[in-house]
Amino acid sequence: MQPVIQIQNLQKSYKGGFQALKDINLDIEKGEIFALLGPNGAGKTTLISIVCGIVNATSGSVTADGFDIVRDYRETRSRIGLVPQELTTDAFETVWDTVSFSRGLFGKAPNPAHIEKILKQLSLWEKKDSKIMTLSGGMKRRVLIAKALSHEPSILFLDEPTAGVDVELRKDMWEVVRGLQQSGVTIILTTHYIEEAEMMADRVGVIRKGEIILVEEKNALMRKLGEKQLKIHLQQKLDAVPDTLKKHGLELGNDGETLVYTYDTAAGRTGITGLLSDLSEAKIRFNDIETSERSLEDIFVNLVHEDEGEDEE
Amino acid sequence: MNVRGILAIYKFEMARTGRTLMQSIVSPVLSTCLYFIVFGAAIGSRITEVDGVSYGSFIVPGLIMLSLLTQSVSNASFGIYFPRFSGTIYEILSAPVSYLEIVIGYAGAAATKSVILGTIILATAGFFVDLHVAHPFVMAGFLILTSVTFSLLGFIIGIWADGFEKLQIVPLLVITPLTFLGGTFYSIDMLPPIWQKISLLNPVVYLVSGFRWAFYDKGDVSIVASFVMSMVFLGICLALIAWIFRTGYRLKD
Repeated sequence: MQPVIQIQNLQKSYKGGFQALKDINLDIEKGEIFALLGPNGAGKTTLISIVCGIVNATSGSVTADGFDIVRDYRETRSRIGLVPQELTTDAFETVWDTVSFSRGLFGKAPNPAHIEKILKQLSLWEKKDSKIMTLSGGMKRRVLIAKALSHEPSILFLDEPTAGVDVELRKDMWEVVRGLQQSGVTIILTTHYIEEAEMMADRVGVIRKGEIILVEEKNALMRKLGEKQLKIHLQQKLDAVPDTLKKHGLELGNDGETLVYTYDTAAGRTGITGLLSDLSEAKIRFNDIETSERSLEDIFVNLVHEDEGEDEE
Repeated sequence: MNVRGILAIYKFEMARTGRTLMQSIVSPVLSTCLYFIVFGAAIGSRITEVDGVSYGSFIVPGLIMLSLLTQSVSNASFGIYFPRFSGTIYEILSAPVSYLEIVIGYAGAAATKSVILGTIILATAGFFVDLHVAHPFVMAGFLILTSVTFSLLGFIIGIWADGFEKLQIVPLLVITPLTFLGGTFYSIDMLPPIWQKISLLNPVVYLVSGFRWAFYDKGDVSIVASFVMSMVFLGICLALIAWIFRTGYRLKD
């Protein structure tokens, strides 16, 4: 099946020579939630802005639903909704008026029932006659989402949609996003909250210094790159890791009451059996054993850090 | 063509006028009344007639043109500059609207406001002087043409400006002086010969003259010259806007 968004050899250089995007190739599949992760200044917003028509690319091509974003801009833009990173809203308009404006701007006939549905979905219905300037930051964020959904897009870009939003509202938004996915909307989100990508995304892409350094199905990524930790809670404190156990690369917890063993789940042998046997031989007794997985955040930080290390070399 | 998109921008801009009625309509009308009192009644009482027209009546076309030019530029420049300043321009740029449709929406709304304002000032003038319009259709045509042209100029300024100060520079330092020196309050025949020739380099002379001709069948230059100059100015503005959108100047970079 043809990807809903196809980005080929996309480059963007700004005046002064700064290269924001370097030969980006990326396919987004229909109906998926794709999380684009990357540190500040990595090129996430530039990439989104080009696809949405806000910034001109220097070279390369982008298609949405098979239509070229430059040549067939009316077709592509009418399919795409964008929630920008900044809280860029009008001040003096009412919520109802600004969402209706967005629908009209995208060439759609007035549909008060649809706008009512969106506003209710986003808990904005009570505020429909309020001026935007009187709303809180979280409310304004919801208004931006309502505006992006007003023309019933089939592709939705969320550029850091939950930045500055409280935990409860963030969870509400996740539910809205999931609901949109269930209704067939393809969602591309950038986020600083790795937890968000971990909770929401089907696939994850990592961008750094204008280059996509990884695109992977989220669960596969976590399986492939995921390391686990085995924590052994000791009956008696240790001052140091015994010499006979050093080959396992154990770390002694700060309190001296835990030993931490890190192993790769993808490896054929985890080394756990050997460790437990060596512990028994060393007559080290323990009360409890627990395992924990690495989070996507750990993986992301490792990836970016790894790449920085390569740069330094 | 995305007619709904154009209408959305147009209605949004017209709603802004409604919210700023004092600034958009009341203030220019008040200024015009003051001009009538100062120039028409106080000074005009010492100048009986110009080209066979009473001085009070003579300045009406010039006063309308003065408000028309400054308000068209101010409204259109603010209309497009503010979304750039606040960041809401992202929505316009990501919408399925062509550049032409964007211009029609913004400049169309600014021109509409100017035409409404010109009509109100004309009606206000009726309270001060006897009005006579020799060529009403030409007058309406010039009113619309000038409003559209200077709204386009305002749109260009709104794209070019990177601060509120720049937004004011052109209306205050260029448009207003050119209008005052463009025969608003006098006929250029009243100037020494050398200044008459220099005045012909001022494009506003042609606009005021054409507009005045529509009222009194008399102008400083021929109506054809006025019309041609207006169209040339319109063409220059359209060409500049086409270039702005083709290159994405100050919008997409």
